[in-house]
Amino acid sequence: MALMTATHSHRDMPFPHRHLLGIEGLQPHEILGLLDRADEAVEISRQVEKKKSVLSGRTQINLFFEASTRTQSSFEIAGKRLGADVMNMAVSASSVKKGETLIDTAATLNAMHPDLLVVRHHAAGAVHLLARKVGCSVVNAGDGPHEHPTQALLDALTIRRHKGKIARLTVAICGDIAHSRVARSNIILLNALGARVRAVAPSTLLPSGIDKMGVEVFQDMREGLKGADIIMMLRLQLERMNGAFIPSVREYYRYYGLDAEKLAFAKDDALVMHPGPMNRGVEIDAAVADGPQSLIREQVEMGVAVRMAVLEALAAHLPNH
Amino acid sequence: MATDAPKPLVLSNARVIDPARGLDAPGSIVVADGTILAAGPEAANQGAPYGADIIDCGGAIAAPGLIDMCVSVGEPGAEHRETLASASDAAAAGGVTTICTMPETDPVIDDPALVDFILRRARDTARVHVHPLAALTKGLEGREMTEIGLLQEAGAVAFTNGHSSVRNAQVMRRMLTYARDFNALVIHHTEDPDLAGGVMNAGLNASWKGLSGVPREAEIIMIERDLRLVGMAKGKYHANLISTSDGAEAIRIGKTRGLDITAGVSINHLTQNENDIGPYRTFFKMSPPLRDEDDRQAMIAAVADGTIDLIVSNHDPQDVETKRHPWAEAEDGAIGLESLLAAALRLYHADQVDLSTLLGAMTHRPADRLGIDAGRLSAGAPADIVVFDPDRPWILEKRAIRSRSKNTPFEDARFSGRVLRTVVAGRTVYEYA
Repeated sequence: MALMTATHSHRDMPFPHRHLLGIEGLQPHEILGLLDRADEAVEISRQVEKKKSVLSGRTQINLFFEASTRTQSSFEIAGKRLGADVMNMAVSASSVKKGETLIDTAATLNAMHPDLLVVRHHAAGAVHLLARKVGCSVVNAGDGPHEHPTQALLDALTIRRHKGKIARLTVAICGDIAHSRVARSNIILLNALGARVRAVAPSTLLPSGIDKMGVEVFQDMREGLKGADIIMMLRLQLERMNGAFIPSVREYYRYYGLDAEKLAFAKDDALVMHPGPMNRGVEIDAAVADGPQSLIREQVEMGVAVRMAVLEALAAHLPNH
Repeated sequence: MATDAPKPLVLSNARVIDPARGLDAPGSIVVADGTILAAGPEAANQGAPYGADIIDCGGAIAAPGLIDMCVSVGEPGAEHRETLASASDAAAAGGVTTICTMPETDPVIDDPALVDFILRRARDTARVHVHPLAALTKGLEGREMTEIGLLQEAGAVAFTNGHSSVRNAQVMRRMLTYARDFNALVIHHTEDPDLAGGVMNAGLNASWKGLSGVPREAEIIMIERDLRLVGMAKGKYHANLISTSDGAEAIRIGKTRGLDITAGVSINHLTQNENDIGPYRTFFKMSPPLRDEDDRQAMIAAVADGTIDLIVSNHDPQDVETKRHPWAEAEDGAIGLESLLAAALRLYHADQVDLSTLLGAMTHRPADRLGIDAGRLSAGAPADIVVFDPDRPWILEKRAIRSRSKNTPFEDARFSGRVLRTVVAGRTVYEYA
């Protein structure tokens, strides 16, 4: 795999935001700046000596109201590679009365003077609310079905390193778009960088107004994959599988599961992505997930790099810097 | 309210507006023993009663005090959010002289003794008239009917299921039928609970925010269902809070069919739309949800042409503990008593609704619908009066809010139109300093 270098670097463009709450509100050059930083972080992560000291002495708290092994460990490794002291805090949703803990926990944590707060919450807008109540920088690690900005950034980084660009690529996002923060962040980011975005899903899994969200809509997956450069599969949550949104897993797999036969409708060099964790045999066939066109494992590597880039960019705004 | 008789009062040099009789002319209002002796140009030539306080209104408008038919108060059960006393202070400051209290308290007002409790508490602590609305179904659960007759005798002026709709059409049909025998008004929230199921207006805005939507059809379907049931039951029905153009259209058609129906709208749906929500600001979360600008304009047009009969504040005090949550987990509701008139005057200043229609929707029309003696400036009527300057600018500051809860969507809003004096039963209960 050749590492494509951007013709001119946005690496040192200023990143004028105190928080990263979403892709919405980021300028294209700011997105590219983060991707350029992330390219460097990939190199660092592949060295034997992986440590930088840019966050040395800083405290990063990963506050997860919703369990997520991969995102949490990705942020943890990213923070540690930059020299931060990282603490993980899991807040079980069932053990506390709804919402109360959000503000309470925010106030408690704020009193401990963290520098960076990485937050995952099951409710849309929860991270915005929290960001208003604390004095440190906040990174949205996923808020309900709203946004998951670092996922979209890592997807973009993965795509750019393989295709050399984002602009004018055709990207088909397939699956439960209605409930997906990954889809929303990706739709915004890919449009900002000039890609052609498609949404492929049964109508019950499309948000209302989808046709005005900057995507071309397909209910027929084969049509939707025709000529696509990138296929982004989304995870189908268990609670949506049994009758409320789709009748059954086997019917869903028949029409919207990515298998070799459907994949053949995309371009020959099309690449397959998935934010994980995958349901093999539900939205994606095991042979495709583990096949030569799959970038799914590489996405995990890029996840660490992108999160390093984000933490580093936000560190520029930390006080006393 | 204290029982000793207030001093006579003359409000002179006023622009007297009495929408019930189409009066809008310079004049005075003469009050004695808590009732109006005369109001209008003819009153200007009458002498003042002996010992009267004479107030020069300086050309400001004097109109019937407002009647707000949809007010939530935290008493009993949530006095930290609002008491009858604090709600009445807020009402008085907003020019509202009569409030109808929603039964969604703890306990629910579904028993005659509780209606009596509200009335006694109001008598002892409130400065404006308080009329309880009683629950339409026991516990507001939408299953068993309440004692319409006994509740009415106790003083309930109408019956409502609060901010939830009766899901079961058969139950609703029986309620309308039974209530008819007592000539009781059924006030209904019109949102199909199954279809509603979301937390903001359905559409692109909700989709980008990752929030589940309440489709407009949830309202339209419930109104259309209800109107069919009203037709069967020949009942007396009021759609409490409508928010969509199609909902208004259904009401319009229902009225041409001769049904005994009326409709109301909250001041929020006349002055705000879903874009005001901004970054998940929960003070703008309410039921029905704020809709888009087309629907807001349709609501204004429906008030102007009389399809919508009443404007209410839908005052609903919520505190920090219920509002400072992620959007989906925050409670619905916004306070509105203090800003009701000022916000409504925005429609007048925008030349969208004339003053008489606007005030009528908050005075004689709710009074007529409820069958209460209020909302008029005719001789012999209770002296409930608001004096206001329609052009005086002011800013709604959080620290000046009289409600115990501060969940206003109008924080720091600029208004043109300031209440200068509020008179209830001949007694001044609010005076702008």
